[in-house]
Amino acid sequence: MATQDAINALTERFRDITLDSSPLLRRGGEGSDQIFVRIPADHLIEVMTFLRDDARTRFEQLVDLTCVDYLQFPGTRDRYGVVYSLLSLTHGHRLWVKCFVNDPSPEVPSVVGIWKGADWMEREVYDMFGVRFTGHPDLRRILTWEGFKAHPLRKDYPLRGQGERENYETLTRESS
Amino acid sequence: MDVSRTSRKSGVAGGGRAALCAHAPRPMSKDDVVLTRLDSLVNFFRRYGVNWCRKNSLWPLPFATACCGIELMATAASRYDLARFGAEVMRFSPRQADLLICAGRVAIKMMPVLQRIYKQMCEPKWVISMGACASTGGVFDTYAVVQGIDQFMPVDVYVPGCPPRPETLIEGVMAIQRIVERDGVKGSGQRGRGYGIVIEPAPAISGSGDSLASKAAVRQDKRDK
Repeated sequence: MATQDAINALTERFRDITLDSSPLLRRGGEGSDQIFVRIPADHLIEVMTFLRDDARTRFEQLVDLTCVDYLQFPGTRDRYGVVYSLLSLTHGHRLWVKCFVNDPSPEVPSVVGIWKGADWMEREVYDMFGVRFTGHPDLRRILTWEGFKAHPLRKDYPLRGQGERENYETLTRESS
Repeated sequence: MDVSRTSRKSGVAGGGRAALCAHAPRPMSKDDVVLTRLDSLVNFFRRYGVNWCRKNSLWPLPFATACCGIELMATAASRYDLARFGAEVMRFSPRQADLLICAGRVAIKMMPVLQRIYKQMCEPKWVISMGACASTGGVFDTYAVVQGIDQFMPVDVYVPGCPPRPETLIEGVMAIQRIVERDGVKGSGQRGRGYGIVIEPAPAISGSGDSLASKAAVRQDKRDK
């Protein structure tokens, strides 16, 4: 399997990291042919640079960058999993990279320096989950409005909000 | 070749010329000119009022953010033909519009934009809140969606439906026309928050009340019986 070559190259290069590679699970619980590896946050930049540049891996494209909140999810130790989906156009293989971080200050190094397309995706993850990306050139909220304090895709955030929408200015005929 | 050409020529010179001359313009006479005197114009306005003109030339600003916008387009298109009510001139500049039709859900981030557009509209101005989302938030009871634009700006007519049928929207426009005809620019007691008239859905069943809005329903009811 082509992805296995990339993982072999990765284990060869980074012997001190436990990659813990395993397939993503389908709904019934059986494994799919998509494989993910766990990378600790402090090694993320060098691993990602290796994955993009090495001849055996050559992941030129960051397809997606998102996050999962594992609050009260059975069988997990960490809270936030920042997920990177990589695609190699040269070899035609894919790899999922997960980087787990925790409260109170979840921080992941930014990969904008490696893939430029990560810019807005990291801003979205920051906006929705509150995971800060260190080294990001312009880490502002991208979807919600300025002055919004919360991170609404966290599992402990109520769907109807915390009263943010009640605090807007009201316009009447006299005032306009 | 030569023969055919001459024969065609002779045809024009004969009966054809005479037929053309029958439709030739005659010199203009005094009967062809309609003159309007200034005092008859003044009489017209005295009789019908400026509000008559206003109600028959509402220029809507379509603030269409969702599927209600599609029904709004259908209302303006040939089958339902909003032009019959003089309201077909959709203006995308608030300076040139006097009826704001808010069609669709409004996110909280969008609300200042809508308020600003409303502020930019010149008096006289009216607002239709079209559809469940604009009126109440609809199914989108989330942190990011405004639960009814009337919380933050005046609304004159609510048009229910998800999305409303074009007939219902036309009822809404007609309710605005009745407001314009009756009250014009001058405000009523409710004016600070808008009139807040609720239109009945197109095939209406109930016929109670005597508000401006339920007239539409009553008429519909009678027609059904």
